[in-house]
Amino acid sequence: MDFAFMRDAFLTLLSGVPLTLNLAFMAVGLGAVLAMLLALMRMSGIKVLDWPAQGYVFVFRGTPLLVQIFLIYYGLGQFRPTLQEWGLWTFFREPYWCAVLALTLNTAAYASEIIRGGLQSVPYNQVEAARACGMSGFLLFRRVVFPIAVRQALPAYGSEIILMVKATSLASIITMMEVTGLAAKLISQTFRAVEVFVVAGLIYLILNFIITRIIMAIEWWLSPHLRRPAAVEPRLEAAHV
Amino acid sequence: MSNGVASLSSQLASSDAALAVSVQNLRKSFGSLEVLKGVSLSANEGDVISILGASGSGKSTMLRCINMLEVPDSGEISIGGETIGLKKSRKGMEPVDQRQVDRIRSRVAMVFQSFNLWSHMTVLENVIEAPVHVQKRPKAECIAEAEELLAKVGIVDKRNQYPSHLSGGQQQRAAIARALAMHPKVMLFDEPTSALDPELVGEVLRVMRSLAEEGRTMLVVTHEMGFARDVSNRVVFLHKGVVEEEGAPTEVFGAPKSERFKQFISSHR
Repeated sequence: MDFAFMRDAFLTLLSGVPLTLNLAFMAVGLGAVLAMLLALMRMSGIKVLDWPAQGYVFVFRGTPLLVQIFLIYYGLGQFRPTLQEWGLWTFFREPYWCAVLALTLNTAAYASEIIRGGLQSVPYNQVEAARACGMSGFLLFRRVVFPIAVRQALPAYGSEIILMVKATSLASIITMMEVTGLAAKLISQTFRAVEVFVVAGLIYLILNFIITRIIMAIEWWLSPHLRRPAAVEPRLEAAHV
Repeated sequence: MSNGVASLSSQLASSDAALAVSVQNLRKSFGSLEVLKGVSLSANEGDVISILGASGSGKSTMLRCINMLEVPDSGEISIGGETIGLKKSRKGMEPVDQRQVDRIRSRVAMVFQSFNLWSHMTVLENVIEAPVHVQKRPKAECIAEAEELLAKVGIVDKRNQYPSHLSGGQQQRAAIARALAMHPKVMLFDEPTSALDPELVGEVLRVMRSLAEEGRTMLVVTHEMGFARDVSNRVVFLHKGVVEEEGAPTEVFGAPKSERFKQFISSHR
């Protein structure tokens, strides 16, 4: 192991971090919107909404992300004349947008199930209390159902975000120069696979460490009702004296 | 003393006799089980009505029909003279106008057996939620009033705590404050003390008694015979979905007409 080389590799690969994070956050952000829509479709109780959502989740969870990326980037290229006609070719010819699209569609499938679980775990008696106060429709959703569902879903959603950060590495195979893309390029120049991949892995580890911490902080901030009340804490301090 | 208060409020109610709640010929089935078989009940302003009955007698269902948490299969419900419009749909009956239901619900407060406080909000936030977001009253005013109400039910020092940090009795008192914050015309209590440890029942009953003394209109589904006897001015006994016995507490407890009510009283001493 050549540590001087690893330090240089680290600095080289760091320049891929903005793109890695860009892909991850675009996908997680857009995916969350789509996921919410899918979850509501599944919970609507209306078959023409429920079934397509169920089919969507089945397909995107049941096939590899790599295959999805290939299909969107290479597969859709076969339909170039049609896409040009529809004015969509400027979008699909860009590997960046193909990667964002594939990651978004993929994470939406998983996240919709996480959100659905969160929504279903909202205690019915709290919804009933809101109804009894005259809340209904969007007000009920915004003030009671959604805040409780978010608190339930956040730990699982945190895992999904971490998975997405790692999944961006697959974008390297459609020429995206994010961390893994840069690593592959560096290896092809230096033939030092071990050092470069160890450094690449380390970078993902650091990114996910930070993201985990942020999610933990949000969880802590959202759940004062699950902690001991402040008034009890002096007793604990007294025990240390 | 409390007997005196109860009879005073019944006099007040009979003197101005404004109808607060009217339930006519209510029927409700769950699947093949007919829970309510034509129940009628009316409450004047200031009435405190205790609704008694064994479990399964339909008393909670009747109370829940009054604010449309259950939609009756037939019958008529009026709150303050306004009849709730119902229509047939594929899944049975449903309200004609959800806005009417929401408006009526904001005037008919409900206190639940298991409190049903919103777990992600502090006690104060629970109390101001509906006044601010449903009734659209100024927040500062709501907070000031909420603190008064919390002081009244004796938990103002808990206002910034979360429901999970409170005892059952404190949670139920917070739920009562939440109900009061909406300035309800009618208060519905669905077995408010049934989920409480015996030593916590008293603190909730005390609050309810003070509300009765203020002349509030209350419909109380309960197993607390003491409350029914001493605080309410009318007792309704439901059995298998029909009103089996009804009258002033002194009448019904003193000389019950129905054999089933006699049995019920003797088993609840």
